[in-house]
Amino acid sequence: MKLEDFRERQIASAASEEELRAAVEREFQVIGRRLRRTDGVAKSTGRAVYTDDISLPGMLHGKILRSPHPHARILSIDVSKALALEGVHAVVTGSDMPETYGILPWARDEYALCIDKVRYVGDGVAAVAALDEETANQALDLIEVEYEVLPYFLDPEEALAHPETPIHEPKKPGHNGNISKQVSLEFGDIDELMSASDVVVESEYFFEGTTHSAIEPHCAIGYFDGSEKLTVWSTTQVPHYLHRELARVLDLDVAKVRVIQPPIGGAFGGKSEPFDLELCVAKLAMITGWPVKILYTREEVFYAHRGRHPMLMRYKTGADKEGRIKAVDAVTILDGGGYESFGLVTTYYSGQLVTAPYSMESYRFDSTRTYTNKPCCGPKRGHGSVQPRFAIEIQLDKIAESLDIDPIELRRRNFIGSGTRTVNEFLVRSNGFLDCLDAVEKASDWKSKHGKLPYGRGVGVAGSCYISGTNYPIYPNEMPQSAVQLQVDRSGRVAVFCGASEIGQGSDSMLAYIVAEELGVPLDYIRILSADTDLTPVDLGAYSSRVTFMCGNACIDAAQKIKKQVKKAVAEAWDCKPRQVALAGGWAFDAKDTGRKMPISEAFNLAEAKFGALGSTGSYNTPKDIHGSYRGGTIGSSPAYSFTAHVAEVEVDPETGFVEVGKIWIAHDCGRALNPVLVEGQMEGSAYMGFAEAVMEQHVFKETGLHNAPSLLDYKIPTSLDTPEMESLIVESLDPEGPYGAKEAGEGPLHPSIPAIANGIHDAVGVRMDRLPFSPPRVWRAIKGDK
Amino acid sequence: MIEAIELTVNGDTHEVGVPSHYTLLETLRYGLGLTGSKQGCDKGDCGACTVLLDGVPTLACILPVQEAIGREIITIEGLAGPTGLHPLQDAFDLTGGAQCGFCTSGILMSAAALLATTDDPTGGEIRQALSGNLCRCTGYTKIYEAVELAARALREARSASEQVSS
Repeated sequence: MKLEDFRERQIASAASEEELRAAVEREFQVIGRRLRRTDGVAKSTGRAVYTDDISLPGMLHGKILRSPHPHARILSIDVSKALALEGVHAVVTGSDMPETYGILPWARDEYALCIDKVRYVGDGVAAVAALDEETANQALDLIEVEYEVLPYFLDPEEALAHPETPIHEPKKPGHNGNISKQVSLEFGDIDELMSASDVVVESEYFFEGTTHSAIEPHCAIGYFDGSEKLTVWSTTQVPHYLHRELARVLDLDVAKVRVIQPPIGGAFGGKSEPFDLELCVAKLAMITGWPVKILYTREEVFYAHRGRHPMLMRYKTGADKEGRIKAVDAVTILDGGGYESFGLVTTYYSGQLVTAPYSMESYRFDSTRTYTNKPCCGPKRGHGSVQPRFAIEIQLDKIAESLDIDPIELRRRNFIGSGTRTVNEFLVRSNGFLDCLDAVEKASDWKSKHGKLPYGRGVGVAGSCYISGTNYPIYPNEMPQSAVQLQVDRSGRVAVFCGASEIGQGSDSMLAYIVAEELGVPLDYIRILSADTDLTPVDLGAYSSRVTFMCGNACIDAAQKIKKQVKKAVAEAWDCKPRQVALAGGWAFDAKDTGRKMPISEAFNLAEAKFGALGSTGSYNTPKDIHGSYRGGTIGSSPAYSFTAHVAEVEVDPETGFVEVGKIWIAHDCGRALNPVLVEGQMEGSAYMGFAEAVMEQHVFKETGLHNAPSLLDYKIPTSLDTPEMESLIVESLDPEGPYGAKEAGEGPLHPSIPAIANGIHDAVGVRMDRLPFSPPRVWRAIKGDK
Repeated sequence: MIEAIELTVNGDTHEVGVPSHYTLLETLRYGLGLTGSKQGCDKGDCGACTVLLDGVPTLACILPVQEAIGREIITIEGLAGPTGLHPLQDAFDLTGGAQCGFCTSGILMSAAALLATTDDPTGGEIRQALSGNLCRCTGYTKIYEAVELAARALREARSASEQVSS
């Protein structure tokens, strides 16, 4: 083929004259359209390469020996027999990596492998690297560990009552070593407003722990090359933080550590901090000189956990006769499991995010996170705020009932509004919550159903609010939270380098849509290279619903710099003003005369001739002056808040207690939906996950401290036969700070599922379900007790 | 003990040496480098490893490889024909049926088996056919949409080819 033919081909596939005329009239060409993902075909053909799909020459297999005791002192470890086994290349124990690590710099309390103590059944004690998996497993059996078994606590209140047996050393002399974090905050004169309330509702709620259950187990490969450079491929959703912790724990120059995150098979918060396997594969690779892979068994995934904290929540809520909230008083105990993880942040989130979408005159919360001898809890989708949302939304339903006000109407009356501050001083800019309520009310035909369906059937409503990223990074610094680098090729191809973690949510696609929008190149001219710490600028990771918001803004910033150069170069060639030049549909064209145009690749060539190599960087940092000035006011502070309302329709069999959720209507204010297909996917996936926690999931333990059911057969997650019908209703209240007005969609829409179902059960059979899950025995007992 | 066996995968007959205790999934992934079939649980619980064995959806992670000898195995890598994507693959891409994509291979194989025998599946039939495949991302909604879309595409293609031949 001749080079001129390539030009002809590009022209043939670019937008037609008519399409360009239409483009001039539209605000956006790509954004807001129902588009395919950039990685869809790779995933549907089995060609996407996940971490465990990677195999390196000479790769060894690693395995981790785990504690059989919930709480014990390690007296000695003898690895000599394991080392002597044919095919074993190395065995490491805690003393080989005597540096604590953890996601929060203030609370590093884990060792790659335990040194002095084990704190739950499944805690890592030693790791081996061997020629194959079977040999590695045999070697584990040959490691001899002598333990001194200690008293252990599975119940947080019991742990609190026994400071003489601390799971961790007390943080200060005189402190209780079984308390990981305690937070008390008070806003407004709560005692006076509570006593001035016309109605006060007081209840205790219990949220059972649940886990993420991503279908891909955690996996990591370590490779230490001849130049002393460490590379770790990992299923992490925080490559940047992992990069730093690897260097710290292994005492390596951070410039010689590379973390690569391949596509991830689901994460949901379960892969958002460093884990023992990443540190172990790195250390084993450094010792043996061979690449080492560790793939968690499904059982190990349950031990790694970092899932939803069980929370015991005592809520007292006061309102006036009209149902307006005057006071909310909450006391919460969080069951943290064996380590800190994000616990400090979780403890704040258990209170901080309750204060919208409803205004409240006063608010107080007192949250205590305890250690227990169970796998460590952490951030699961809707980190720390799903549990209190369950409590507060049922509280509101109870207030509505006692005042005989329609529950949707009660929520409308308490709407906090936009351009306002919450009682705990967070700045809420855009807020489409009222539209969310309207949407679910109408779609579900609420008015003809609530309180009107026959016994056994009912509808329930709930609302929620969530952050679009946090204003503050995990380690304090002034640098941008996200950055993007673009590189433009003479062919018209644009490469996007970004540290963002594609975990299934579509962040790679989102970056491509933005570049296509800004530079007018077809989507298939865009290459995304993400989450490789050697090649991509830093993004802090896929957590707290920050990626679209922050990487999106960084990407717009980078793309607009190139756009400016291209328009300038074309304008010079056409002797017109740069603003007259538009880029869309594969062309640079004259917005006033769409007949004057050139293929976008030629426009890039003009710009390169004028300015030199075409490339740019863009970054985004959060506003830092919009939160409350009190201690803890930074946690929960976000550049923008999303809002959600659900209506759930349920059918309860009073004879069996079985709850069938027929349908969930999900209205979510995501700001501008950059691609509605992906937004709906997040809404449905979130509502599904909340539904699962409502009726099925239980991360529970036997009295011995052993996990009750560490398998996907016994830990029930919904199949296609269990999952209700869902209808997504996108609400767009454009946010001034968001990319094209966008806000988050990945976590907010989970929150209302659970209380909406609980409130629906009450509408159906008149019982309150204040404890999760709403399993048949529990519901059946509630119905019988009620009679 | 390493044993040489013959396995027919995606129309090709391979001779492959694997430990005799290997499952079909281990053989596909480690012996043949066909990593499209995924290991999610290794216990037959999640369905990410689903392949077609003589046309029947089968959990490769709990099938001893010996049992697969002499059978026709189709994996996700063999679902697309030489002329392009299987309509299911295109439909999944169009509707957003794959998010993280880890369950997708298995779901596509179960769905392909359904569409091979059922022209116009009802919603209930689709749910039933996919009930052995856990998806943690999508809430299944967009997956149903994709299967319905693919079924329609297959029907239309069939009726078009019938018109041509008649």
